[in-house]
Amino acid sequence: MKHTPGSVAGNGLKLGVVLMATPLLLWLVLLVILPHLDLLMVSLRERVSYGKYAFSFANYIEFFTEPLYWNTYVRTATMSILATALTLVIGFPISYYIAKVMRGRGKSVLFLMCLIPFWVSELVRTFGWMILLRESGVLSHFLQWAGLVDGPVEMLYNDVTIMVGLVYTSMLFMVVPLVSVLDSLDDSLIEAGYDLGGNAFTVTRDIVIPHAMPGIASGCIVVFMLTLGNYLTPNLLGGKSSLWFTEQIYTQFITRFNWESGSAFGFLLLVLSSLIVWLGLKLSRQTLSDTVG
Amino acid sequence: MADQFDLECRDVVKTFGQFTAVDQVSLTIPQGSFFSILGPSGCGKTTLLRMLAGFIEPAKGDILIKGKSVLGVAPNRRPVNMVFQHLALFPMMNVAQNVAYGLRRRGVDRAIIDKKVAETLARVGLPDAGPKQITQLSGGQKQRIAIARCLVLDPAVLLLDEPLGALDLKLREHMKVELKQLQHEIGTTFVYITHDQSEALVMSDQVAVMNAGRFEQVGTPQELYYHPQTPFVAGFVGESNRWQGTLETMADGQAIIRLDSGGVIYTDPEQVAGHSQPIGQRMDVFVRPEAITIAAKGQSSPDAAPGINNMQGRVENLLFNGAASSVQLRETTTGHEMNVALPQTGAFAGLRNGDELDLSWSAGQTKCFPATKTAPVTANAAGEAVA
Repeated sequence: MKHTPGSVAGNGLKLGVVLMATPLLLWLVLLVILPHLDLLMVSLRERVSYGKYAFSFANYIEFFTEPLYWNTYVRTATMSILATALTLVIGFPISYYIAKVMRGRGKSVLFLMCLIPFWVSELVRTFGWMILLRESGVLSHFLQWAGLVDGPVEMLYNDVTIMVGLVYTSMLFMVVPLVSVLDSLDDSLIEAGYDLGGNAFTVTRDIVIPHAMPGIASGCIVVFMLTLGNYLTPNLLGGKSSLWFTEQIYTQFITRFNWESGSAFGFLLLVLSSLIVWLGLKLSRQTLSDTVG
Repeated sequence: MADQFDLECRDVVKTFGQFTAVDQVSLTIPQGSFFSILGPSGCGKTTLLRMLAGFIEPAKGDILIKGKSVLGVAPNRRPVNMVFQHLALFPMMNVAQNVAYGLRRRGVDRAIIDKKVAETLARVGLPDAGPKQITQLSGGQKQRIAIARCLVLDPAVLLLDEPLGALDLKLREHMKVELKQLQHEIGTTFVYITHDQSEALVMSDQVAVMNAGRFEQVGTPQELYYHPQTPFVAGFVGESNRWQGTLETMADGQAIIRLDSGGVIYTDPEQVAGHSQPIGQRMDVFVRPEAITIAAKGQSSPDAAPGINNMQGRVENLLFNGAASSVQLRETTTGHEMNVALPQTGAFAGLRNGDELDLSWSAGQTKCFPATKTAPVTANAAGEAVA
């Protein structure tokens, strides 16, 4: 057999591409597409009798007719949007400070300080908050010792605490894209903005934010998705009153063993997150490729 | 009168820790002139410009714009605007929005903004560029938009921070002329900083040569070129042949300097800086390449007149560059390398490596300065400035 050098190189290249793409394709097909297809199938059937199933929209109809379900659904979406907005509002000045104000060593130290909490698992970090905020916790003791309150104060199990926990958990995922996008902003653009008569507000509005928009969008998408799909933080910090949609899914699957209904809820959560991300991108006039690229 | 100056600096000092970036600089710039600050990288010229723009405050001294001190006045409240080194056009806005930016910040009426933007774009020769994106512009067009963006605000002084640095050579030559014309037409005072002497010499009414945080000399381009007052200026502005030697005699309207490498150079005592240097003083000697007359060996009459320097050299390298052609020679007696301009008539077009030439120049063309302790500017630095 004779090979021309070109064909060998061509075959080698193709084989290389296939090999390189295999893990990605396997991951996509086995872990993303297949489970979701199965989820869709399961969600669209109804158990007629033992071992017998029929096609039906019953699970979806149940969701819309039971106020608890869709109230939780809307509440989860609203709280997630609020948490994303709060993370952005807190994260932006921090990122700007790290990227544009700090120089040299201080910059990396500050960035590291944002990173360090994330070396510990989310569970441990959330327990940290519980130690601080519970009735017999550090803050409660401090307030009593300082004479500001008469008895122990319970600061867990309310919406504010859930929000604090969610923002804290998400902060890094907002700060990292923002720092990198702000780092790429040429200082002379900011100086030119001031030189031509701008002040801190107008320079931020007209120059810094338009430049940072792809970073803002990608940070918001990541934070929103993480928050929406978060189970641990709302559950631990909010307790029974958290009413987070992931808890409903968990209950359907594990407690009630109702896989059909759980699948329908899971699918609805996917639709919700896709819809809100799409809407956010439309409103901010960003494209997904800009944001990810 | 102070109010005739658009810009005035009085003993401005700026230090960064132990390092003095700008040291006791004073300057006055009359209205409507083109003023350049020329110096090598790191000489403090950018620091000075940023103090004028208001991005940094001087440690000492005062800065006055139109007779009023602007110390403590923020950059957005100073009547000066700056064209940045990389222009800093806002990529998130189109051309018209870039030009309109400053007017919008002033809260000018929408209709007036549109009119002024159109006028200014026409003035820089790009009347139709308004709706274009910044990325659609060529280098020279970006340049003009960056200037238009400042000019629309009618600044008292326009500061330019080496804006031609990023352009290719051909465009840079073109923009030099264009900038000078533009400045002449609009009459705004320009302060231009550059390390490129040809930019400074071609465009400016006045040039300040800056070195190590200080002004070495301020004057017209002609004064700097023909009457440098410090060895740095003599070495930095234009090209020079350079020797070191000792002042031997100074009498009868003629000073003689004995070179370290042997031989003597005659000079006019008028050309010896400070006029009365003690005998035995170490001197730096400068002669411009175009001041030297060349002739084929043996064809000139040696020692024809008193005060004429005569040397012989062997051609080592021909540097043909059209009208700016020159030749590198090895001087026969001293072994010193010399650079001599070729006459533009083409009389020496047949010159070959190894040819011997007679060189002569008058004593008046020899500039002398007491030798400085600091490392002198090498031919390398001067060459960089030419390129």
